Amino acid sequence: MKLVSLYSLTLSLLFITNTSFITNPVDGIGIGDEAPNFELKNVDGKWYSFENILDANGKKPKGYIIIFTCNTCPYAQASEQRIMDLHKTYAPNGYPVVAIQPNDPGKKPGDSFEAMRARANEKNFPFLYLMDEGQKISPKYGATKTPEVYLTDSERIVRYHGAIDDNVRNAAAVKVRFLENAIEALENGQNPDPETTKAIGCGIRT
Amino acid sequence: MLYSRFKIGFVTIAMFSSMACREIPESQSTQRAADVKTEKTSLASWPVSNTYLGDIAVYETFDEIKPLFRQQSDTTYVINFWATWCKPCIEELPYFEELNKAESANPVKVVLVSLDFPQHLENKLLPFIEKYQINSRVDVLLDGSYNDWIDKVSPEWSGAIPATYIYKKKEHHLVGIPFESYIDLLNSVQIVK
Repeated sequence: MKLVSLYSLTLSLLFITNTSFITNPVDGIGIGDEAPNFELKNVDGKWYSFENILDANGKKPKGYIIIFTCNTCPYAQASEQRIMDLHKTYAPNGYPVVAIQPNDPGKKPGDSFEAMRARANEKNFPFLYLMDEGQKISPKYGATKTPEVYLTDSERIVRYHGAIDDNVRNAAAVKVRFLENAIEALENGQNPDPETTKAIGCGIRT
Repeated sequence: MLYSRFKIGFVTIAMFSSMACREIPESQSTQRAADVKTEKTSLASWPVSNTYLGDIAVYETFDEIKPLFRQQSDTTYVINFWATWCKPCIEELPYFEELNKAESANPVKVVLVSLDFPQHLENKLLPFIEKYQINSRVDVLLDGSYNDWIDKVSPEWSGAIPATYIYKKKEHHLVGIPFESYIDLLNSVQIVK
């Protein structure tokens, strides 16, 4: 009898766990965790991992600005110029932007590798724009939406996670530049404050 | 692992309820007695908007729409965050419409909170509602300071849409991914119903 009730308790716990797992895909890395490595194809046809990503001076980066973003999401489009500006400002200072497109092109044809390449050429993206082929990398990070930022230090430890700033919809209305402040904090040997922020984004389709 | 997940869930619920409880005393302490009554009333009553687009309430700030997430009646509220440009949102809308119709005689209230951009309300949202003859209640939330209010809906929510917050009094549940079917939605509603 005892065994039976224990069994059913375990079952119900399993059910609860299972439900929360299915409905909130937030498992992944947090502040202080090492950013998972990857080997992904850039829009120029070359393959990149942390080992061969360099800053604008050809040096090992002081940190990596990893941004899950895509062609099709209006929030990503609204952030495009900001992402370009971030790379232009911070890549010479040791913090290159590494953009990763996490959507399955089977579900979002506008995010195919060809469409990514076309967008990158049209806008003259100065940063890497990598295809998460098979959608294996964004789940490792626990990224759920575009755009979504992970800022790491030189040892690939995540130091900031969240939004670029406090107004993803409208660059002109931005008051607080979370990501830039986080980079400044790292430059000053401090922990970013805040370390995590949230914004509305397009759910990643894997 | 099992235990830790369960614990996180519990802590989240505890945090949320303590947040909700703390809110009233804090605001009370800074207000005169006359205002306290207003505050209590507004928390329990339906949110009031200053702006309407046809019969759609448009909320400029999260504070204005907040009472929608703090109702104390015996109704189960099913609040879906969506936008007309969000394909997975559109794909799951029929399930909410079906729920709205099926539960019309029951204490279940479906609210579709549109996060469409301000410049798209008249030329995209309104035509969309008309074209697909959406019968569920549609509200618009324009507050772009997302980091300030996403956690006030639910700390479990990453900010990705679609997302659905389902609650009845203190029981609540956040679904951060699209529903695959009507049954899928029904099962989530049953958790708090």
